[in-house]
Amino acid sequence: MNNRPDWLAHIILGLGVLLFVLPVWLVFAGSTQDPDAIARGALSPWLDPSGFGVYARVLSRGALGGQPVWHMLAISFAMALAIALGKIAISVTSAYAVVFFRFPFRRAAFWLIFITLMLPIEVRIIPTYAVMADFGLINSFTGLWVPLIASATATLLFRQVFTAIPDALVEAARMDGAGPLRFLRDIALPVSGANIAALFVILFVYGWNQYLWPLLVATDPHLDTIVIGIVKMIGVDSQTDWGAVMATTIIALLPPVIVVVAMQRWFVAGLTEGEK
Amino acid sequence: MDRRTVFSGRLLPHLLLAPQLLLTVFFFYWPAATAVWSSLTAEDAFGQGWIFVGLDNFQDLLTDPLYLQSALRTVVFCVAVSVLAMAVALLLAVFADRVIAGRGLYRTLLIWPYAVAPATSAALFVFVLHPRFGLLGRWLNTHGFDWDYTLNGVQAMGVVIAASAWKQVSYNFIFFLAGLQSIPRAVIEAARMDGAKGWLRFRTITFPLLTPTTVFLLVVNLVYAAFDSFGTIYALTQGGPSKDTETLVIKVFRDGYINHDIGGSSAQSVLLMLAVIAVTAVQFRFMGRRTLS
Amino acid sequence: MRRRTLLAAAPLSLAAAPLSLAPLGLSASAARAGEKITIIWWHAMTAALAEEVKRIADGFNASQAEVEIQPVYKGSYGDLLTALIAASRAGEAPHLAQVFEVGTGTMLGAGKAVKQVWELAKETGLQIDPKAYIPAVRGYYSLADGRMASMPFNSSTGVMWINKDAFRRAGLNPDKAPATWQEVRAACDAIKAKSAAPIPMTTSWFTWIQLEQYSALHNLPYATKENGFEGLDTQLVFNGKAQVKQIQRLLDMAKDGTFKYSGRDGAPDPVILSGDAAISFGSSAARGNLVKSAKFEWAEAALPYDPEVIKTPENSIIGGASLWTMTAPKRTPAEYKAVASFLRYIGTPDLDATWAQNTGYVPVTHAGFEALKKQGYYDKNVGADIPVEQLARGKMTANTRGLRLGRLPEIRAIIQEEMEKALQGGQNAQALLDNAVERGNKVLKDFAKSAKA
Repeated sequence: MNNRPDWLAHIILGLGVLLFVLPVWLVFAGSTQDPDAIARGALSPWLDPSGFGVYARVLSRGALGGQPVWHMLAISFAMALAIALGKIAISVTSAYAVVFFRFPFRRAAFWLIFITLMLPIEVRIIPTYAVMADFGLINSFTGLWVPLIASATATLLFRQVFTAIPDALVEAARMDGAGPLRFLRDIALPVSGANIAALFVILFVYGWNQYLWPLLVATDPHLDTIVIGIVKMIGVDSQTDWGAVMATTIIALLPPVIVVVAMQRWFVAGLTEGEK
Repeated sequence: MDRRTVFSGRLLPHLLLAPQLLLTVFFFYWPAATAVWSSLTAEDAFGQGWIFVGLDNFQDLLTDPLYLQSALRTVVFCVAVSVLAMAVALLLAVFADRVIAGRGLYRTLLIWPYAVAPATSAALFVFVLHPRFGLLGRWLNTHGFDWDYTLNGVQAMGVVIAASAWKQVSYNFIFFLAGLQSIPRAVIEAARMDGAKGWLRFRTITFPLLTPTTVFLLVVNLVYAAFDSFGTIYALTQGGPSKDTETLVIKVFRDGYINHDIGGSSAQSVLLMLAVIAVTAVQFRFMGRRTLS
Repeated sequence: MRRRTLLAAAPLSLAAAPLSLAPLGLSASAARAGEKITIIWWHAMTAALAEEVKRIADGFNASQAEVEIQPVYKGSYGDLLTALIAASRAGEAPHLAQVFEVGTGTMLGAGKAVKQVWELAKETGLQIDPKAYIPAVRGYYSLADGRMASMPFNSSTGVMWINKDAFRRAGLNPDKAPATWQEVRAACDAIKAKSAAPIPMTTSWFTWIQLEQYSALHNLPYATKENGFEGLDTQLVFNGKAQVKQIQRLLDMAKDGTFKYSGRDGAPDPVILSGDAAISFGSSAARGNLVKSAKFEWAEAALPYDPEVIKTPENSIIGGASLWTMTAPKRTPAEYKAVASFLRYIGTPDLDATWAQNTGYVPVTHAGFEALKKQGYYDKNVGADIPVEQLARGKMTANTRGLRLGRLPEIRAIIQEEMEKALQGGQNAQALLDNAVERGNKVLKDFAKSAKA
């Protein structure tokens, strides 16, 4: 085989990397520039080292009329965490129940849950909103995340994993006198460790990036997530503070990107399980 | 795929199942039922009263040229986004599979965009393509090209397709790369020794072997484009100019949330539900175990 | 400490206090109950306007001890209305909500979810004299027989903004604003010829100014049944010859490059503030921002008219918002009395004048307007009286009372969509307005159907 570097591959891949990095770099550079200049159309691709103060300003005070960014970060973080952990928790328990027990209506319960795969939140958005309104859950933190953890994707994954646990293990545990809960804690959960990690990444990103549902359900500005905050900053009827928008965009990118990059291996493994 | 050995117990499984089941009932079945009921009635925004109108809302929708245009537009949008996102991802995956030096770094640098929110992707594209503020957008206008996606419908569609596809490439890349890496080297070697050049090898061996991945990704991309793109489109154009980028999910939002047309938007929701059920049923029939999204 | 500084700053509110509370017997019952009544007020004001809202609330709270009003910012007008509907359905509506004027139709269809002003007045003994309010203002928010449904709060109207620097550069007289559309077009041609401004002309609130205001000024009907005031079975008629002529004029100017469409609703406001446009149309409420941050010399002027359509223009119509009293399952009569006392408070001439002065909205009462004149406010702020004059002139007709159409925001969106299509070359003004009328009539029919339910 050739030992010369594969120039074509590097060029193509390099272009691919630039395609993704350049817009982010542009926004990062722009965040340090003068917002009035940007409003006049003078956005430049170069960093202005004197402009980093915008980050401190935006974190502590936010844009005019908006929430301080640290507050929105906290909301986003709490929401993403609640969704990731909440969904993993209820999926593990319901998958476990369906796989390791026999009870009447077991199959029916499973299908009831399974069908929810077919309804992304955007499809049921207005009626879910109406239900939440009747419950009085509009404009509450609970209302932000609870409807988003109810779909069946993770349950199906865990069902697969649990079904694949060898019978011998279960037998051994039973002979040791371990009950179902102990088995869950000592065997089933550790075995699904990689899947849980992958799911965490997917769900955290999913929760962090939610736009339509928080937009609908929370009109109180105190519940603004950072993604909502960015969109609200653009196109307010007086002048848009472009520096704040750009700085907030960069800040908003960081947590989910860090999670994805740090947990890359599990994430890719979890997504493509069965491909290899 | 049922287990043979199980635990005994009656109360425990019910307790374990309860949380998800309750949430499913309250946040799926009840809203779905509400949607069906609302789609068959006309009520005022404040919920002060309602009358039963049967299938009127559906009839209005299906005979409304604007609704049909929106449906067609959604199909065009979904196909364009899927094809674009998959083609770019496949190209990158092929070369990432080939390259030796820096493979891990490339992979990381091409995976991180998965974390970008659809609405954030829109914000990024504003700064690149906006006719007044965007670097490239402004450049185009000062160099004689009439660029304004806030006024020109075709350009607007192009921008939302690009922004939506941009975000999706990473996801497709991961799957294509895994798919490529699972093709046995022996098969590729055999083809090479038979004298098949790169492109021919790709066309006749590699790509056909990627079919399961391709089909799976196509379904996922189509569904993503239909629903998850809401954030991108709404943040960029709000469905404008003149409805040129109004996909079905934007229309549901606009009619229900902004215009307070409960009956009409519920009817749209019901139709969307039926469409998704149909697509998912097809997906499961032909693909079996792919369940992770 | 807060009380003291506020009392020092608002001597007038103190003077008004005994007037507002005595006829309601509020002090007696609240003192008996021994508890402060809190009322919640949802508003959509930001920045400087939000500061003013807070000042009013603080002033009211300081002026008496039985009621505390809490203003809550709920997002933009659209978001607020949607949140209001959701809260109302859950039985958790606030006591007062600031709803934009185009939501009036929807609010009037809200039945028992709201308590209209006349009803509140009857129940609580609150004295409201509709005649104290400027006709253009009270007409918009009243029932056909003159009873007031909501309380006017922030009202604006459409005006023309002139960039005097740009006029000078074009060789035009910066102190003489064009009065007719023919003069406007000529001015724009001159501006374009001399490249005196990047954008010769633009407009904010496209439908409000170029169609709704235009129709009122020229005494043209917008919809049947007296623009919707007389019934729900109204049909749109803004595709008449004169309106088509105006829209076609705009389309022609767009093709010439003298008019630039800058987006829907209030999106073009930054263009006005930046001074990029030589002539722009917008809300009179932009004055506050212009005073504070404009980096060019500007002037406020009356909306132009077309002398070929009408010899002297009629009054313009209002924009802005009003306050609606909301009901809730467990709301007590004492709470409604508290709301009434606040409404009485903000209706006093001095408060009206102060609010108008600090925000750029027009004073809604005759007395408030007189107070500002006496204070010399209009001498010091040239052009600030133009919106009031525009609203009060002429003789109010069925076509100049305003609009009362359900789902008006949606109708505005429809018109703007059709305009955007026309700007891309897809249709001319007649087709544009015809399509908008057809689509809008469907919306009105739907609204009527659901409102009757």
